[in-house]
Amino acid sequence: MISQFFVLSQRGDNIVFRDYRGEVQKGSAEIFFRKVKFWKGDEGEDAPPVFNADGVNYVHVKVAGLLFVATTRVNVSPSLVLELLQRIARVIKDYLGVLNEDSLRKNFVLVYELLDEVIDFGYPQTTSTEVLKSYIFNEPIEVEAARLPPLGPAAMFMQGTKRMPGTAVTKSVVANEPGGRKREEIFVDIIEKISVTFSSSGYILTSEIDGTIQMKSYLTGNPEIRLALNEDLIIGRNGSSVYDYRNSAGAGAVILDDCNFHESVHLDNFDLDRTLMLVPTDGEFSVMNYRMTQEFKPPFRVNALIEEAGSLKAEVILKIRADFAPSITANTISVHMPLPKYTTRVSFEFEPGAIVGGSETYSAGKAHIFTGVTCQYHERSWTCEHDLHNSNVQCFKASGKVLANSKEIQDIQSIPSTNAKGSLSGIQMASQNTYDSKPM
Amino acid sequence: MAPPVQSSRSPSPSPSQPSGKSEVSDLKLQLRNLAGSRAPGTDDSKRELFKKVISYMTIGVDVSSLFSEMVMCSATSDVVLKKMCYLYVGNYARGNPDLALLTINFLQKDCRDEDPMIRGLALRSLCTLRVANLVEYLVGPLGSGLKDSSGYVRMVASIGVLKLYHISAAVCIDSDFPSMLKALFLNDTDAQVVANCLSSLQEIWTLEASTSEEAVREKEALLSKPVIYHLLNRIKAFSEWAQCLVLDLASKYVPSDSNEIFDIMNLLEDRLQHANGAVVLATIKVFLHLTLSMNDVHQQVYERMKAPLLTLVSTGSPEQSYAVLSHLHLLVMRAPILFSSDYKHFYCQYNEPSYVKKLKLEMLTAVANESNTYEIVTELCEYAANVDVPIARESIRAVGKIALQQYDVNAIVDRLLQFLEMEKDYVTAETLVLVKDLLRKYPQWSHDCIAVVGNISSKNVQEPKAKAALIWMLGEYSQDMLDAPYILESLVDNWDDEHSAEVRLHLLTAVLKCFFRRPPETQKALGAALAAGLADSHQDVHDRALFYYRLLQYDVSLAERVVDPPKQAVSVFADTQSSEIKDRIFDEFNSLSILYQKPSYMFTDKEHRGPFEFTEELGSLSVGEESADNVIQSRRFEASDNDLLLSTTEKEENKVPSNNGSAYSAPDYDVSSASLVAMPGHSESAVLNTNLPTHAPQSSSGIDDLLGLGLPATISSPPPLKLNAKPVLDPGTFQRKWGQLPISLSQEDTLSPHGTAALTTPQVLLRHMQSHSIQCIASGGQAPNFKFFFFAQKADDTAAFFLVECLINTSSAKAQIKIKADDGSASAAFSALLRSALSELGMS
Repeated sequence: MISQFFVLSQRGDNIVFRDYRGEVQKGSAEIFFRKVKFWKGDEGEDAPPVFNADGVNYVHVKVAGLLFVATTRVNVSPSLVLELLQRIARVIKDYLGVLNEDSLRKNFVLVYELLDEVIDFGYPQTTSTEVLKSYIFNEPIEVEAARLPPLGPAAMFMQGTKRMPGTAVTKSVVANEPGGRKREEIFVDIIEKISVTFSSSGYILTSEIDGTIQMKSYLTGNPEIRLALNEDLIIGRNGSSVYDYRNSAGAGAVILDDCNFHESVHLDNFDLDRTLMLVPTDGEFSVMNYRMTQEFKPPFRVNALIEEAGSLKAEVILKIRADFAPSITANTISVHMPLPKYTTRVSFEFEPGAIVGGSETYSAGKAHIFTGVTCQYHERSWTCEHDLHNSNVQCFKASGKVLANSKEIQDIQSIPSTNAKGSLSGIQMASQNTYDSKPM
Repeated sequence: MAPPVQSSRSPSPSPSQPSGKSEVSDLKLQLRNLAGSRAPGTDDSKRELFKKVISYMTIGVDVSSLFSEMVMCSATSDVVLKKMCYLYVGNYARGNPDLALLTINFLQKDCRDEDPMIRGLALRSLCTLRVANLVEYLVGPLGSGLKDSSGYVRMVASIGVLKLYHISAAVCIDSDFPSMLKALFLNDTDAQVVANCLSSLQEIWTLEASTSEEAVREKEALLSKPVIYHLLNRIKAFSEWAQCLVLDLASKYVPSDSNEIFDIMNLLEDRLQHANGAVVLATIKVFLHLTLSMNDVHQQVYERMKAPLLTLVSTGSPEQSYAVLSHLHLLVMRAPILFSSDYKHFYCQYNEPSYVKKLKLEMLTAVANESNTYEIVTELCEYAANVDVPIARESIRAVGKIALQQYDVNAIVDRLLQFLEMEKDYVTAETLVLVKDLLRKYPQWSHDCIAVVGNISSKNVQEPKAKAALIWMLGEYSQDMLDAPYILESLVDNWDDEHSAEVRLHLLTAVLKCFFRRPPETQKALGAALAAGLADSHQDVHDRALFYYRLLQYDVSLAERVVDPPKQAVSVFADTQSSEIKDRIFDEFNSLSILYQKPSYMFTDKEHRGPFEFTEELGSLSVGEESADNVIQSRRFEASDNDLLLSTTEKEENKVPSNNGSAYSAPDYDVSSASLVAMPGHSESAVLNTNLPTHAPQSSSGIDDLLGLGLPATISSPPPLKLNAKPVLDPGTFQRKWGQLPISLSQEDTLSPHGTAALTTPQVLLRHMQSHSIQCIASGGQAPNFKFFFFAQKADDTAAFFLVECLINTSSAKAQIKIKADDGSASAAFSALLRSALSELGMS
C-alpha cells in the first residue's frame, strides 16, 4: 500500500506529487530529499533505495536524473514498490516519448492522469501502456530529445539500467505522425552487458553476460510476433558448477544459465524449436532477460601496467585491444579508471600509432590502443595496481553470439530490413541492433 | 506554454516568489470570467488556467481559496478539464468540508453519466473527498457502482468501499458493503475487480478483527481451500501486481497434505520465470512457507530459486537488484553451504553502489569454506586496496570474519599482516582491531602477529578503536615486545592529548598488565598512569584508576589475579542477532524487514501492521509482548556492539537475563484474541481442543503414535509434585496473575528433530500436555513459530497455580519457557515436570 508518490528533480523540486492515502505528512518530499542528499554514511555513500525515517518508509529509484519516490507506513514488499516505480517511469516515458525534467514539467497534467489510473488508494492497478490508453485524454506536448549524452546508448549502463531504448525511439505511443498515418514499426534491441575481470597477467578471472531483448512496438492491430532464437540454445546448467567451463554439453551450443520472460510471452513452442510467441503490447518492454557464464571470447582485452615514476608519481600503462571482426565498428569508447581521492594531477596521452580517431570511432581488427596515464600524488603510498588489475571491465556486445539468428517474423512474411547500428565503447561498450520492419 | 513552476519549493513568501498571492487572486478573477462563458475556445483557456492551478498545488502554494471558482468552472463535458478539477477537489476537500459540499452535486450527476469512464472517474473522486459528513452521499453511488455493467466502474467501486471504510467504518459495515464485495470477489469476471475486492476485504477484515468475531471468521475464510484454489487456478488472468497480491495470500495458506503442497508448487513453478522481481519473490515466499516442515524439499526450493534470483540481480536497475539481493542475502545467511559454489556471483563490480557492495561482502564472508576461502580472500584483499575507502574497510573486516570462522587460518593471518605493511591509516586501523580479535581466538599466532604489530608506530594510529586494540596487545603481550613498557610510557605521557575515554581505559589496564610482567621497567609509567587516571574528568576512567590503585595497595598478587588472569581462547564470538529475531525476519520474507534486517515490529506502528501480518494468530497477545521485547532487543544489540567478544558461556548468560527482564505487558484477551483463545472455563479438555480455531486440519492420530504418546511411562523418576488433573482457571484470572507474578524460572531448550517434525499444529502439543495435567489457556502461531500459554494447579493446594509461557520455533528447534508460580518454591519441581512432559514430545 503506497501512501504517496512523488517525482523530484535533481535539485529537490516537486515536479509531481500525489497523495493516495493521507497517512504521511505533507512535508515528506523535503524530509526525503534532505535524507538522500546528506546520507549519514561515512565518506559520501549513496543512500539505499529503501529507508525508514520516523515510521515512514521511503522507496526510491533514480531514472533519467529524476527521483521517483513512494512512501508508505506499511511493511510492503520492497520489490513490488521498486518494480512499480520503475514501471511508472517507463509508462510515463512511453507517453511522453522522452523522459526528462523538461518533458515532465510540460506534461505534468498528463502524468497526473496516468498516476490516477496506475495506483488507486495505494494499490497498483495497471501499468500496461496499452490498457491505459483508453483512460488517457491529455495529449503529450512533445519535447526535443535532449542532446545525446556523451556515451550514447552506453550511458544507460553507467547508470546501471538497461531499460533505455535505442535513441531513435523517442516518440510517444499516443502521438500520431503529422500525416495522420501511424508508424507501423517495431524495434527489437538486443543489449548485452559483459563483465570480464582480467588478472594482471591478462588471464580472464571471471566473465559473465547479462542480456536482454527489448521491444518497442508501434504496430496497430496487435499482430502476433514470433521470435526465433538459436535452436541449439540450452537453458540451465543441470546443477554442474556454474564456472565449470569444460563441462558444457555439446560444443558450439549456447548455454544460458537462466532466463526470464515478459508476461505476454507464450512459451508453448519454446521447448520444441526455441521460438517465442508474443503479441507485443504498446510501449517498451523486455521480452526476455538472460544470464550466461559460458566461456566466450571477450570483445576487448585489457592489460594494465603500473610503474612508479618518482616518489609521488605513478605511471599507468593501459592496453586495450579489440578482438572482433573488422566489419564491426565500435563507437564512443570510454575508459574509466578509479583513482585515489588524494590524486592531485592526472595527465594522459596516447601512444604514437594508437588508432584513436577524433570521432572516437575506430574499426576493430588488429588495432591497439596504448594509453599512458600519469598520476601525481601527495602521498607515496598508492596501490593502484590492485584497482587496475581488478577493475571490472564491463562491455556490452551484440555480436549475436547468443541470439545469432534472431529474427522476427510478423504476419508470416516481411523480412526485417536490418539497420544494424553496432556501437561499441571501450571498457563501457554498448551495441544494439535495430530491426525496422514495415509490414505489407 | 510551460507551467509557471518556480524553482523554490517553499510555500512561504520570499522576495523572488511573492507568495503566489497576487497570482492566485489573478487566477481567481480569470476563472470567474470564464465560469459562465459559452464562447468557443473557453475550454482551452480553462485548461490553461486549471493547469496553472494544479502546478501551484504541486509546488505547495495554497490555492484552496479558488475552490468555489474551480467548482463553478467544472460544468463541462471536457474530460481533461474534469480530471484536473477532480484532482484539485480531491486535494482540498478535506481541508474545506463546507466547500466540498458544492462538488457533491456535479459528482453525483457524473456518477450517472452514460460514459463508464466518466462514471468511474466521478465515483473515484467522490470517494477521495475524505469528508466525514458527506458520507451519506457516497453510499448510493457506491452501491450502484458495485453493480455497474462496466468493469472499470466496478474496479473503482471495489476500492471505493475501502475508502469509505476509512472515512466511516460504521457506515461501510452497516450498508453491508463487505458482503457485496465478497460476492464480487468470488464471482466477478474481471480479474482486476477481483483483485481490488481482495485488497479491500483484507484491509477491512483485518481492521475489524479487533472488534468483531465475524470479521475474524471472514478473514480466515479468505484462506480457505476453495478460495485459494479458485485464485491460484486463474492466476495468469491477473495483472502482475494482482498476482503478487494473490501469491501473498497463498503464502499464508496451510495445505492439508503434501500432495496439495506439490500441486500448488507445480502450478506456480512458471511464476519463477517472470521478469517482474516482485512476482518471483512472492512465489518464492509461497514455496518457502509451504515446505518449512519438509526439510529435503525445502532445500530443493533453495536450489531451485538460486538461478532466478541471480538473474533478477543482474538485470534491472541497481535499486531493483538491491531488493532482490537482500533476499538472496537472507537465504545465503540461512544456508551458506548451498551457495558456496556460487561465490563468484557475489564479487563486487567497481561501479556498483555501496549498499550493494556491502551486501555482497557479507555474502562472500558467509559462503567462505575450506574449498573457496583462498579465492574469496584473494578477491577481498583486492578490495582492501580499493579507492572506495568505506568498501576497503568493510573488505578488511570481512577477511577478519572469515579468519575467525575458519579452522585453517594460516594463509589469512599472513594476508592480514600484509595489510599492515600497506601503510595506509584506515587499513592499519581496521587490521589492528582484527588482529586483536584473532589473537583472542588463536593465541598460538601471537608470535607472528606481535612481530609485525611491534613495528607499528603508535603515532600512526589515530582511530580510537584501533588505538585501543594496539594498546590491548601491548599490555597482553608485553613480555614478547621488547619496548612495550616504553611505548606505553610515552602514551601515558601524552595522556591529556588522548580524547577517547575508551583508549584511556585500555591504557590503564595495559600499563597494569605490563607492570605485572615487567615491574621494574613499568613502575614509573604505572604511577604516572594512575595519577593521570585519578585526575581524569571521565567518571569511568577515574573509577577504574581508583579501583586499580586500591587493589594494588591491598594486595599486588590479588590484583594480578583480578586484572591479568590466565586467559582461555575464545571459541565462538557472539552473534549480533538472536536466532529468534532471524526467524521472525525470515517469516516476513518479501517485505521491508529483509532490507532493514529487523522484524517489522521494530519499524512499523501498530496500526499499520494490519493486513500484511495476516496470520498473527496471537493477535494482541503477542503485540503486547513485542513492544516490550523491542526495547530489550535493541538494548541487546547495543550491548553486543559494545563488546563483540563474548565467549559462548558468557553469551548464554547474557541471553537469559534479557529474557527475564522483559516486562511482560498483560495479555489483552478482550480484543482480537477473543475467538482465537480457547476459553476452557469449566469445560473438559476435549472441548478445549475443538474450540481452538486453526487453518490446519486436526492432526491425525498417526502423529500421536509417532510421538510415542501411548507410552507415558518413560519418565524414569516422576517428580514428587502432584498436579490437579482438571484445574480451573478463567482467562481473566490468568491474565491478572501473569501481570502480577514475577518470573520464577526462564529457560531455553532445544527440541529434538523428532518432536519438531511432529509439531505441525499447536493441537499436537496441547493434547499431549493435557495428558500431563497441564492445561492450555491460549495458543497460536503457525509453523515455524508457536506460542502457548499453559497453566497447572497443585493437587493439594487449590490456590497454587503455575503459569507458563512457551515459545517454540520448529525451524530452529528451540523452545523458550517462562514459568510464573504462586508458590515459587515449587516452581523448580514444576519445571522438571514440564520439561519431562515436553521431552516426550521431543525435547532433549
